[in-house]
Amino acid sequence: MIPIKYNLRSLVVRRVGTLMTVFGVALTVSVFVSILAMVQGIQGVFVDTGEPLNLLIIRQGSQSETNSFFNRDIKGIVGTMDGVTAVSGEIIILLNQERTTGGSTNLLLRGISDKTMELRPKIKLAGGRMFKPGLRELVISKTVSGRFKNTGLGDTVKIGKTTWNIVGLIDAAHTAYDSEVWGVYNEVSGEFDRPIYSSLLVRVSSPEVIQSVKDRIANDRRIKLDVFREQEYFAGQTSTATPIKVIGYVVAIIMAIGSCFAVMNTMYAATAYRSREIATLRVLGYKRRNILLSFMLESFVLSVLGGIAGCLLALPVNGISTGTMNFQSFSEIVFQFRVTPRLMLEGIVFAAFMGVIGGLLPARSAAKTQIIRALREA
Amino acid sequence: MVAVEIRNVSKIFKKEAQEVVALQDASLDIEAGGFLCLMGPSGSGKSTLLNLIAGIDRPSGGRIVINGDNIAGMSESQLATWRNHTIGFIFQTFNLIPVLTAFENVELPLLLTKLTRTERKEHVDTALALVGLKDRMRHYPRQLSGGQEQRVAIARAIVTDPLLLLADEPTGDLDAHSADEVLAILEKLNKEFSKTVVMVTHDPRAARHATVTRHLDKGVLLPEGVSA
Ligand SMILES: Nc1ncnc2c1ncn2[C@@H]1O[C@H](COP(=O)(O)OP(=O)(O)OP(=O)(O)O)[C@@H](O)[C@H]1O
Ligand SMILES: [Mg+2]
Repeated sequence: MIPIKYNLRSLVVRRVGTLMTVFGVALTVSVFVSILAMVQGIQGVFVDTGEPLNLLIIRQGSQSETNSFFNRDIKGIVGTMDGVTAVSGEIIILLNQERTTGGSTNLLLRGISDKTMELRPKIKLAGGRMFKPGLRELVISKTVSGRFKNTGLGDTVKIGKTTWNIVGLIDAAHTAYDSEVWGVYNEVSGEFDRPIYSSLLVRVSSPEVIQSVKDRIANDRRIKLDVFREQEYFAGQTSTATPIKVIGYVVAIIMAIGSCFAVMNTMYAATAYRSREIATLRVLGYKRRNILLSFMLESFVLSVLGGIAGCLLALPVNGISTGTMNFQSFSEIVFQFRVTPRLMLEGIVFAAFMGVIGGLLPARSAAKTQIIRALREA
Repeated sequence: MVAVEIRNVSKIFKKEAQEVVALQDASLDIEAGGFLCLMGPSGSGKSTLLNLIAGIDRPSGGRIVINGDNIAGMSESQLATWRNHTIGFIFQTFNLIPVLTAFENVELPLLLTKLTRTERKEHVDTALALVGLKDRMRHYPRQLSGGQEQRVAIARAIVTDPLLLLADEPTGDLDAHSADEVLAILEKLNKEFSKTVVMVTHDPRAARHATVTRHLDKGVLLPEGVSA
């Protein structure tokens, strides 16, 4: 084996070319990691949402709470089923709100019941107070609060025909509920004159009950509802990230092709510049495959350095919070970029791939160096 | 005992439509422990013959048997291993690896053997001591003079204790003083360590260190005692 220090020191000797190539690979990897951090962030919101013993019930075929509505009597029917310990009847209204950055988008307003907080233990009051029943008051996720106009604590905002006061901030632990505004069910339903429920959130006593409740609802001819585990319902919305993922991969692949050529170029230059060294190593007894491996390794190291640099470049996006349209609920979903260790590892593996692919042809040509010809060249 | 047996060896280089006969029907025996000097005008085929003996080029015809092995029959990979064991090659331009220290350069051929790290260190130390450069082993080639570089290159050539030492104009790039040092080392290796040495040179003074001198002219190996 040709010692790795030969490659490392050669990279240092050609430091300008090395740095430029490393930087090129780094840019590609940082774009790749940033986009995946975004995908990860969006998916994470949905994956983290929901309690294991909660069921979400919506109108049959409605796909999401936003499109769902049904008669309020149903709450009574579901509430008496065996194994059901609590039911929260809720209503969803989409509000078109202006963003602080300009433009407007849909914000999800949930009319909640007195069971809502109990069924969602991850959600905490983070400032102000909860609303009082009978008042047109709202609490808002603190993540959403800064993103829309007139949504700070103490602000008043016009919803429907009346003015509502924002009296509290909630922290929904980066779940999907962090993209919502909440008011009392009666007030929300009254304001919009819609005496219906959009969804029921149901707590069951044990996992075994889940199937029986599902069966009971499926077999009851009076009601036409879909029953999901709360976690499964939200997990189904991770497809929100799909368009970003697709665009991300396309961009990353195009950039990766560019970087492969950059690596290839650098490595071809290296092999040409060092053809006499290669010939000397061959004379000393190194085989073609030793040369091939050595230059592949060099290309690999070059790219992995780029991968590491790319991860470092992408690291500052970690935790940045932003929003995108959730096409299931047609409302804004707020998420944070998540640069996870696993993602960084993927970035480095991605870089390593570029190194191996970009280095293959130059290393092959190095291995095929004609000893006599290379030694005769001055 | 014959170390190298060359029989009717020729080498033809094809350049586009043109054919260059670099070596024509050469036959030669090199005695084990001998010091052969190859001389001749530029382009006469000296390097070609040396490269064929070194197994870094293949003859167009004929037979080269070294220590009983016909090297024409070996694969590229077998030949590489054979070179590592059997040949020490010394270049006119030293060809040290610039990013490696003197020690690391000399160690290179040993990395292909099964020797342990400590054994390798012993061998490298011995080789560098033999060329009088033990105190320079941490130096990079650019920190050495031409003569010192060539001595490191000699250490690298002998570190595997090869049967044959082949040198292609080893003093061609050196001043007279350094050239004398290098020639003295080659002579010492030949006399005291019974290495078989084949040296290509233009320098008649260098040739005096050899036991046998043969001349080439236009690809033809001239009979003993005849020069062009
Ligand atoms: N790889 C090659 N391709 C084509 N022609 C070659 C090649 N190697 C050598 N030759 C030709 O073969 C002939 C002999 O070359 P060789 O290098 O053996 O000469 P030499 O005696 O070593 O000369 P010098 O003293 O200049 O080193 C020359 O005409 C040279 O041009
Ligand atoms: Mg020559």
